[in-house]
Amino acid sequence: MKEVVVLSGKGGTGKTSIVASLASLAKSKVMVDCDVDAADLYLLLKPVAQENHEFWSGQKAVITQDRCTECGLCRELCRFEAINDRFVVDPVSCEGCGFCYNICPVDAITMSESLSGHWFVSQTRYGPLVHARLGIAQENSGKLVALVRQEAKQIAEVQGLSYIISDGPPGIGCPVISSISGVDLVLIVTEPTLSGMHDLERVIGVCHHFAVPVIVGINKYDINEDNSHQIEHYCHSQKIEIAARIPFDNVVTEALVQGLPVVEYSQNTVAHEIARLWRAVAEYLS
Amino acid sequence: MRCQDGKRVGGKEITAKMIISVASGKGGTGKTLVATSLALSLNNREPVRLLDCDVEEPNAHILLKPLFTRKQVVSIPIPRVDETKCTLCGKCAEVCVYNAIAVVGEKVLIFPELCHGCGACSYLCPEGAISEVGREVGVVEFGQSGGIEFVHGKLNIGEAMAPPVIRQVKMHINRGGVTIVDAPPGTSCPVTEAVKDTDFCVLVTEPTSFGLNDLTLAVDMVKRLNIPCGVVINRDGVGDRGVEEYCLKEGIPILLRIPLDIKIAKFYSRGITLVDGMPEWRESFARLFDSVKQIARKARRGKSE
Repeated sequence: MKEVVVLSGKGGTGKTSIVASLASLAKSKVMVDCDVDAADLYLLLKPVAQENHEFWSGQKAVITQDRCTECGLCRELCRFEAINDRFVVDPVSCEGCGFCYNICPVDAITMSESLSGHWFVSQTRYGPLVHARLGIAQENSGKLVALVRQEAKQIAEVQGLSYIISDGPPGIGCPVISSISGVDLVLIVTEPTLSGMHDLERVIGVCHHFAVPVIVGINKYDINEDNSHQIEHYCHSQKIEIAARIPFDNVVTEALVQGLPVVEYSQNTVAHEIARLWRAVAEYLS
Repeated sequence: MRCQDGKRVGGKEITAKMIISVASGKGGTGKTLVATSLALSLNNREPVRLLDCDVEEPNAHILLKPLFTRKQVVSIPIPRVDETKCTLCGKCAEVCVYNAIAVVGEKVLIFPELCHGCGACSYLCPEGAISEVGREVGVVEFGQSGGIEFVHGKLNIGEAMAPPVIRQVKMHINRGGVTIVDAPPGTSCPVTEAVKDTDFCVLVTEPTSFGLNDLTLAVDMVKRLNIPCGVVINRDGVGDRGVEEYCLKEGIPILLRIPLDIKIAKFYSRGITLVDGMPEWRESFARLFDSVKQIARKARRGKSE
């Protein structure tokens, strides 16, 4: 069983559209949506939920007002400025460290576990999908990512599936680090904009930092061919393979409107290049 | 967290005329395009400061090309144990909810990447054996671009926690003028850190099912933070009418529509802002600011009543 995760650094380069197409092209796989705070893959894969689990994680401090003597120690010591002048904890700012709970001289503070989201195991016509929804303004996205990946691994083992294909989050922080630890390959989907290129370098840096192999696909290749050449040059210097050059085409959005992976909607160059991308991934993993 | 000169980010101390955050839920919808063009369009009318809080992948500097003049390291205070004082009692490990400190045999082990810098271990150590040292997680850089004061944060490669860097960037809200906060994508803790305590949130979306799905999440977020919001539809004309119908139903104003135009995409790809590439947009962004100001004032009055 091999695991590939699709990242981009910059958001909106086309990760999810491409992952949905990989779902259609790959045989014997489980899909995972690791973008737990803006999960969109389900919109294209149209899952039927089979399991719905609560994700309890992270504690928040709660001050019992009748016990509180307003001595102010918690407010003084909290480094996250989570306690206001009326001694009410702002759950958005509270990082759940429990410092206040430990030092309150009258034991007026309790730590309560918070429901931070939900995760699902679903069936799609492309195979099983493990996905999640992190609650609004919640922390611990990294933990939820680790959890959905673990679940997908189990499904792949039990069902004897060959691949785990993950739609990753944007950025380079906590959920990204959690989604790449120990994977067999990271596929980075980038775009030839200066922002896309800047972010590509940073996300490649993270992959190198954690020693995971990378291949790159350039999406909307032709919106700036000079930039695309620069990406090729850069990847070449880093010994990173460019697996596909996908042109800009409205069929991608049209497919999205129809709720279909683009490879099922059109047989044009976009579909061909995504097929080439999948062959490169499969070859790398074989 | 307090910054060196003791200003607070939360609370009433901030008296900026207007703090506008630009967020989206979905990535790549055009947050930075909107934030930079808005800043440039106000530049002659108001003193403007732009804070790029997308510290994982900051991009505003690519468009505004500021001249950086100053740099500040962002560090998290992590524990250092004086072994001559430590009695291996294990109190530090007991109070650390992040498992960043552990007593193993005759040693205290520290896992710096897991430490949030809350300070509980050092304060609660009965022997006073724990002091704190800074661990660098990122930098904040300061610069100027035309008349715009520019501040952005950069999370170091391999670091997981963006909020401390975002908090440090937000220390630099402009008290006397307009501050524009370019937020990261998503709806989890880095985004709320960027958006909270702003007067208005501009949500940039695209008219597709992805855009709509993530817009609804972003709207839930700003409602939770009790911040008024409005929508900018980017790449208007592609996709479907879902976003529009949603905004109508929820009573969320559509502040601006930017059509799908390959010219705009090409300018962006070269790092040219919308209003520099197509100056006719300047007026539209100035109008956007006027509507934002109006709605935010009304909301402020509503809150104080």
